[in-house]
Amino acid sequence: MAVRHLIDILELSTDEITELLDCADDIIAHPENYREKCRYKKLATLFFEPSTRTRLSFEAAMMELGGNVLGFSEAASSSSAKGESVSDTVAVVSGYADIIAMRHPKEGAPLVASMKSSVPIINAGDGGHNHPTQTLTDLLTIRREKGRLDNMTIGLCGDLKFGRTVHSLIAAMARYSGIKFVLISPEELKLPDYVRTDHIESKGIPYEETTSLESVMPELDILYMTRVQRERFFNEEDYLRLKDSYILTPDKIRNAKDDLSILHPLPRVNEISTAIDDDSRACYFRQAAYGKYIRMALILKLLKEAGSEL
Amino acid sequence: MYVDSIKNGIVIDHIIAGKAMLIYNMLNLEELDCPVAILKNVPSKMMGRKDIIKIDSQVEINLDVLGYVSPNITVDVIKDGELVEKKHIALPEKLVDILKCKNPRCITTSEQEIHHIFKLTDGENGVYRCIYCDTVAQ
Repeated sequence: MAVRHLIDILELSTDEITELLDCADDIIAHPENYREKCRYKKLATLFFEPSTRTRLSFEAAMMELGGNVLGFSEAASSSSAKGESVSDTVAVVSGYADIIAMRHPKEGAPLVASMKSSVPIINAGDGGHNHPTQTLTDLLTIRREKGRLDNMTIGLCGDLKFGRTVHSLIAAMARYSGIKFVLISPEELKLPDYVRTDHIESKGIPYEETTSLESVMPELDILYMTRVQRERFFNEEDYLRLKDSYILTPDKIRNAKDDLSILHPLPRVNEISTAIDDDSRACYFRQAAYGKYIRMALILKLLKEAGSEL
Repeated sequence: MYVDSIKNGIVIDHIIAGKAMLIYNMLNLEELDCPVAILKNVPSKMMGRKDIIKIDSQVEINLDVLGYVSPNITVDVIKDGELVEKKHIALPEKLVDILKCKNPRCITTSEQEIHHIFKLTDGENGVYRCIYCDTVAQ
């Protein structure tokens, strides 16, 4: 039987996404029903790049399902520091664990892993490329905050060039009707052409590109803020020049809709003022918490499809 | 100008003018020890000008390379002086170990012995993308 992995959010149909979001909602409502689901199962978290919330939310998810966790949190403490390939690492670890969550700085590393693994691989972020479980988290947040995934205007602000969460969210939301994207970024960090052509223009989805956050604020239902990521730049000067391009303050959301939802994949540096944290429109800490529940739903789905009786 | 016809071999015809040397290099034809003729800027009713490569031996060639470099190319297989097969080459769905990904962040830059694979994502414009990182082939 072919093992099912999750490398790219588009590998999941919209029906499967609905199924995962429904499962996450049920876990939130009835956590006691899931405490023993993954008893004796092991999740390996292979993090070749530092991460706090993604790794911890995967680990918390498996623990809340009654399973166990093993792994490493940086490349220096793995065999890759000795020169081992991703393929070899995964060939070994798939003998120790029932499911693997992998983060790697190189784009495509989890796909390479999936070609070698006998257990499900979950892409937990590969460079500036894909981050499907963050997208599932974003979708769960949007549905819980808005009650729907269609008919809304979504503003994406900050680093749209290297922001993998932005690319995956656009690909996922472009499949729902009545969506409009507003792309807010400095010229140097605009959305890559292939994301715009493949997921927006080819589907005739309305969009606008702007450098001004204030001018588009009143029309937004969702504002998805991102951090300018130091680790994506080869040149420190470029990072320093662009890092403070957008800082969200109470002043800037004064003319926003009352039911605007402000999301951020976190961590933030300074792009959202802490003065906004107590505004009811700030959803980013709830969003981080939802990440655990959707990962629980995903672990359950992939283990079941791999033949586990849960 | 006159180039002898071949008795047993392959004629790669309808190459876009100017692409013959690229195909010669990508197919590693310099490694062959049989006669190979490259004809450039040959007058063509259909194409205006075209290139042709004649190989005086029955050798295996990578048809995907031909389709990628010059779509609508034809490959004539000649046996005992007769045309026994004419292959029309379209854009291949996948290119394996023909191109290398130029994205420095791609896993292909660090993983040992990995196959470099590109898939056709836009047949109309002949766009190929790396399957690992989605970077467009240069």
